[in-house]
Amino acid sequence: MSAGYLGAVRSEFTKVRTTRLWWVLLVIMAAYVGLCAGGMAGILGGLGGGANGPVIPDAQLPLLVYSFATSVGYVFPVLFGALAVTSEFRFQSLTPTFLANPRRGVVLGGKATTLLIVGALFGVVALIASIGLGASLLAAFGIDPLLGDPETWAFIGRSVLAMALWSAIGVGLGVLVPSQVAAIVIVLAFTQFVEPLLRLAASFTDWSAQVAQFLPGAASDSLVGASIYTAMSGASAGLDWWQGGLVLVAYAAIATLIGFLTSWRRDVS
Amino acid sequence: MPTGVPIEFSGLTKTFGQVSAVSNLTFTVEPGQVTGFLGPNGAGKTTSLRMLLGLVRPTSGTATFGGTAYAKLDSPLQTVGASLEAASFHPGRSARNHLAVYAQSAGLPKTAPDAALEKVGLSGYGDRRVGGYSLGMRQRLGLAFALLGDPGVLVLDEPINGLDPEGIKWIRLLLRAMAAEGRTVLISSHLLSEVQQTVDDVIIISHGTLVHRGELSSLDTSDTKQVQVNAEDRDRLATVLTEAGYQVSNLRSGVLVENADAATIGRLAFEAGIPLTGLSQKRTGLEESFLTLVGEEGAL
Repeated sequence: MSAGYLGAVRSEFTKVRTTRLWWVLLVIMAAYVGLCAGGMAGILGGLGGGANGPVIPDAQLPLLVYSFATSVGYVFPVLFGALAVTSEFRFQSLTPTFLANPRRGVVLGGKATTLLIVGALFGVVALIASIGLGASLLAAFGIDPLLGDPETWAFIGRSVLAMALWSAIGVGLGVLVPSQVAAIVIVLAFTQFVEPLLRLAASFTDWSAQVAQFLPGAASDSLVGASIYTAMSGASAGLDWWQGGLVLVAYAAIATLIGFLTSWRRDVS
Repeated sequence: MPTGVPIEFSGLTKTFGQVSAVSNLTFTVEPGQVTGFLGPNGAGKTTSLRMLLGLVRPTSGTATFGGTAYAKLDSPLQTVGASLEAASFHPGRSARNHLAVYAQSAGLPKTAPDAALEKVGLSGYGDRRVGGYSLGMRQRLGLAFALLGDPGVLVLDEPINGLDPEGIKWIRLLLRAMAAEGRTVLISSHLLSEVQQTVDDVIIISHGTLVHRGELSSLDTSDTKQVQVNAEDRDRLATVLTEAGYQVSNLRSGVLVENADAATIGRLAFEAGIPLTGLSQKRTGLEESFLTLVGEEGAL
């Protein structure tokens, strides 16, 4: 009896766990998110106490600071998800993978499931970094870090969900673009450069702003409910949180499906 | 004890665009023996094996294990063990973890990776990253993957390539033992001499088509047959054989007799009262027959 889907999930977890990439990326992400959140808490917290008056109301400040977990951290689960797929092509390990389980759709399903969970772990670590540093700095400036507020905990849950979905989008991207170098370039260029510019440009007219809310980063900010981008670009409400989540699900599902139909089913040689 | 099932190729064909890589391969590989799948590099061996294992989709035809395609097997790793030529390892993963990944995927017991490492003599190296393995160790790890599910069928692509003499001897004994247990063993090679001492049957392809199949000895079509024979009193042996009308020449380790068969030479020596210390039929025709079959390109 074949181990099927559960076997595939266990196997994919072992793949993640037994190389160094996962914790290297986690450490870099935690440092990067912590630095951004801590820095912002320091600047805004300091300004808030100053004579020129607050830029952002104290009550909104904590979530804005904590949201660095996703607004700058999301690139890490995407990258990890993409690498989890492209390394199979690069190291030709699809051969033993498909020998152990020839049901390729089940294998890809197991991989997507695994990376969703690993993405959630990235979310938890990113939030520990942003809240750990952010909350203590805010408290030091006498701003309530709102850690007892149910809204904060709902925000945390939505952030973890967003990071999980980003990891699944990475899987979709990896199977759509199996070349490892190309996938890395696309992830970095799109998240760090193309999408921020598109969102900025789109905000100048109403119709383009409507379209831009469906960009993945914008949808993610809607799902999370707070972001430095939305705070800076003004009041555009964007999608509801659940709509943002569905947009991310759609990106992940469509990319994975097309990738499955193309590269994943191709001859392995 | 897992029993082998026959491997059945039926009209197996693969074309890449206009190029025909494999055309209309039909043959059966029987359990209980070692079968060599031979042909020069580029003859289509690896493509055929990848089609057999469900990794490459045939243009037409089928390749099955006792009638079941690889992708339809209930428990593939416990039915068929395969090792393909390309190194399919993540270099940063240890050998034991590499095997654990696939054991879990196939639902094999937790002990399977260590048992497989033990079988190929890598027990002491299981925690080492595969990136630091030598070519010979990678070959052994590939074989450990094939043995992971203790399968009744083994399909190995160039398993001897890269092994040192000790390793070659070891894998020969292992494959012979596997076949003796009733398993089906199919190994590919581009060198007949490499597998000559291991295989019972040969299947030879060239340019993607079957050019010969049969027992190893069926390749020996040459007219000139030689016998190598030795005795303590080598001079007397040579004299006796010359008087019997044979053409003999001295080797460092005996006497080479042209156009002879071992039984006759043995009887002659016995009748002359010469105790022999060695007697063997030389199969000089095998390699030439192989090269003739696969054409000029085969002469690598």
